[in-house]
Amino acid sequence: MISRRQFLCTGAALGGGLLIGFRTGPSIGASPGAESAASAPFVPNAFIRIASDGHVVLTMPYVEMGQGTYTSIPMLIAEELEVDLKQVRLEHAPPNEKLYGNPLLGGIQATGNSNAVRASWQPLRQAGATARTMLVSAAAKRWNVDPASCRAQSGEVRHAQTARRLKYGELAADAARQPVPKSVVLKRPGEFRLIGTPAKRLDTPAKVNGTAVYGIDARPRGVKVATLAQSPVFGGRVKSVDEAAAKAVKGVRQIVRLDDAVAVVADHMGAAKKGLAALVVEWDDGPHAKLDTSEIVGALEQATLNSGAVAQNAGNVDSAMAGAVTKVEATYQVPFLAHAALEPMNCTAHVRKDGCEVWVGSQVVARAQAAAAKTAGLPLDKVVVHNHLIGGGFGRRLEVDGVIRAVEIAKHVEGPVKVVWTREEDIQHDMYRPCFFDRLSAGLDEKGTPVAWHHRFAGSSVLARWAPPTFNNGVDPDTTEGAIDLVYALPNLHVEYARVEPPGIPTAFWRSVGPSHNVFVIESFVDELAAAAKQDPVAYRRALLGRTPRAKAVLELVAEKADWGKPLPPRVGRGVSVQHVFATYMAQVAEVEVSKDGAVRVRRVVCAVDCGTVVNPDTVEAQIQSAIIFGVTAALYGEITLKDGRVEQANFDTYQMLRMNEAPAVEVHIVQSREPPGGMGEAGTSCIVPAVANAVYAATGKRLRKLPVDTAALKQPA
Amino acid sequence: MTQTLTINGTARRVDVDDDTPLLWVLRDVLGMTGTKFGCGRALCGACTVHLDGEPVRSCVTPISAAGNKRVTTIEAIGATVAGKRIQQAWNELEVPQCGYCQPGQIMSATALLAAKPKPTDADIDAAMSGNICRCGTYARIRAGIKRAARESRNDRKGA
Repeated sequence: MISRRQFLCTGAALGGGLLIGFRTGPSIGASPGAESAASAPFVPNAFIRIASDGHVVLTMPYVEMGQGTYTSIPMLIAEELEVDLKQVRLEHAPPNEKLYGNPLLGGIQATGNSNAVRASWQPLRQAGATARTMLVSAAAKRWNVDPASCRAQSGEVRHAQTARRLKYGELAADAARQPVPKSVVLKRPGEFRLIGTPAKRLDTPAKVNGTAVYGIDARPRGVKVATLAQSPVFGGRVKSVDEAAAKAVKGVRQIVRLDDAVAVVADHMGAAKKGLAALVVEWDDGPHAKLDTSEIVGALEQATLNSGAVAQNAGNVDSAMAGAVTKVEATYQVPFLAHAALEPMNCTAHVRKDGCEVWVGSQVVARAQAAAAKTAGLPLDKVVVHNHLIGGGFGRRLEVDGVIRAVEIAKHVEGPVKVVWTREEDIQHDMYRPCFFDRLSAGLDEKGTPVAWHHRFAGSSVLARWAPPTFNNGVDPDTTEGAIDLVYALPNLHVEYARVEPPGIPTAFWRSVGPSHNVFVIESFVDELAAAAKQDPVAYRRALLGRTPRAKAVLELVAEKADWGKPLPPRVGRGVSVQHVFATYMAQVAEVEVSKDGAVRVRRVVCAVDCGTVVNPDTVEAQIQSAIIFGVTAALYGEITLKDGRVEQANFDTYQMLRMNEAPAVEVHIVQSREPPGGMGEAGTSCIVPAVANAVYAATGKRLRKLPVDTAALKQPA
Repeated sequence: MTQTLTINGTARRVDVDDDTPLLWVLRDVLGMTGTKFGCGRALCGACTVHLDGEPVRSCVTPISAAGNKRVTTIEAIGATVAGKRIQQAWNELEVPQCGYCQPGQIMSATALLAAKPKPTDADIDAAMSGNICRCGTYARIRAGIKRAARESRNDRKGA
């Protein structure tokens, strides 16, 4: 039973259709009389629209970037509204944080943190149920029957006794005039007809026939194409530009010089690239001209020698450590990583005196609008942002640097201009997953059980920049996720974090964010403890999972499905990992083969997952398959390094991606559950990395404490 | 200079430098945005099109090399027997995620199927390892190719 949800009905606003908004936050100044008025002083955060043609239009607060949100979110609506999924049409939500702010991200209009289903689980089903209730009331009134004798099904209201039926489209105008129910009853899990089924993705056909439109495909009338060179050293400036050769290239229209970048505007990207290659730019490299990765890592290592901010403390680590029989110590290190989404960074902008229009694929469309407005020097309401499908987000499009660049350039251009980054520019001017340095120690008792756990790590806090209010007392919930609130029974635990921002290299969210670093470290170190205790890695973990039965269940399931313990040939090994991040329990076993020359091949991955109630099991499987490939790529190849202030990697030859011939077989086993849904987009990435590292240890006896895998260290001795 | 290209069976005149990569003519000059830009150096396969049925990376194929050949893109690949089967299998198995690489994957897979109606795993590795999928849909791509191959055989048996 849901009580006191406020809903807004403004039937007249959209051609007589039924418009329902809904809210998830506390009501702001809501009064009983306000509910039927368009001017109601409360703030809905998403919209369903039922047009007179019967189509249900869902204005999507979350953007599709491969995770299947354009199917799973409509499933929530369709379930309660009693329509077929195919009847639901989608519109990208316009920028409007009041309407579409993410309740799980402090009201920022953002798609991220694997939380679209979690954030929508209650409010979207409620919105669907409320709309259905009003449609039923409208039909009952028209027929002069008891609403309880009517039933909604397949987009119509039916009255069985008199064999009458009315389609939603025919009822939309009347429904808009019905009182908003004070409460609605949501279906019980046993009544779900859509949730839990492998529904077909709504976005697949267009992605298969080539008609899907991404930001990079935007072609407003008269659009020119630009590409750019930004200062090769972060923080550098343009010193001089010789435009002559570039301007001589056929199709080149204009050179735009900014403080720290130069763009070539042309009729097409071929001419823009040719023009950029012909451009002679001299740079003033600025303060980071000599920056090297080793300098950054050195500062992090140094920081872990001093105390940091306390992220979590339990019991008394010092005395427990003093009483331990065995002490294990280790340091770990993870590198900067680029996103390398396949759709390179791009944004189209048209800046006029009185307004600005932007075409982009963004995970933060309201921030995109604000950034465009600020850069163009225009009020917010003069900026229109058209959001698009994203050709791979992984956190990159939670940033608006690309929008700012496009608007900066567009200010100098007559008409719309599409700014497309080359792959080299995309990799060398990314905002990177931070590198981290970790120092750990643990004390074991005579049975090998951990009685003390001490962990201190240093690195960048993305949240401190991205959402400053979330950074408190020296810690934030992302950087520490996966390092605190562990699944294991660790009675004496102390975790510290030292925020150290690297000079001259911007950091950002990257698929599985904090856990992408922490779970590697924690699950590798737990493996070290098992080895020190001379115990099987699965049995050792299982013994520590008494108070987290869901974690224990996924561990047991994965061990069984992965043939844990079954003998393997030499230099082949299995590694395990367990985690609880993004509100999802997951365990994985990776099976790797290490060649004589040290090359690591991940042959097979088995994953057991308990993500609570599953909305679309096919999407869950797809996301885990995807996240595992993403994580294996990072474990084997991922590393961004700086030399003389410049990123050394540039394209897919120097920043490698896992390919078809290297892709492991992945098996996914889903635990049936009626718990609330957990996040699915990212969990698989953090979980696979330590599983691979632990498998390499099993295969070779070499512990990987630094990523990516160093094949030279894994060479078989002659 | 002005050149005539035959794209999806239609003659198209374009006025760009001879060395302009076909990719940009398709996307920016002709507005056929189904073919995607990923790397610009034939490292990722997102821009794959067919020249006389052979898969090529349009980001490094100058239009001068395409002048007297038939260019086929994702927009028309469904009109070929192999292309139609591949697209059908992609739909049935829900292969795409972000979908950005999929036009290139489909073009590579179609060329493979047209050349080898019963591709082995090794054939699939050889034909498809030039196409990066950052979402990691490789398992479903492999399954999609196998399903399309099976459908082809079933059709032939039935015929």
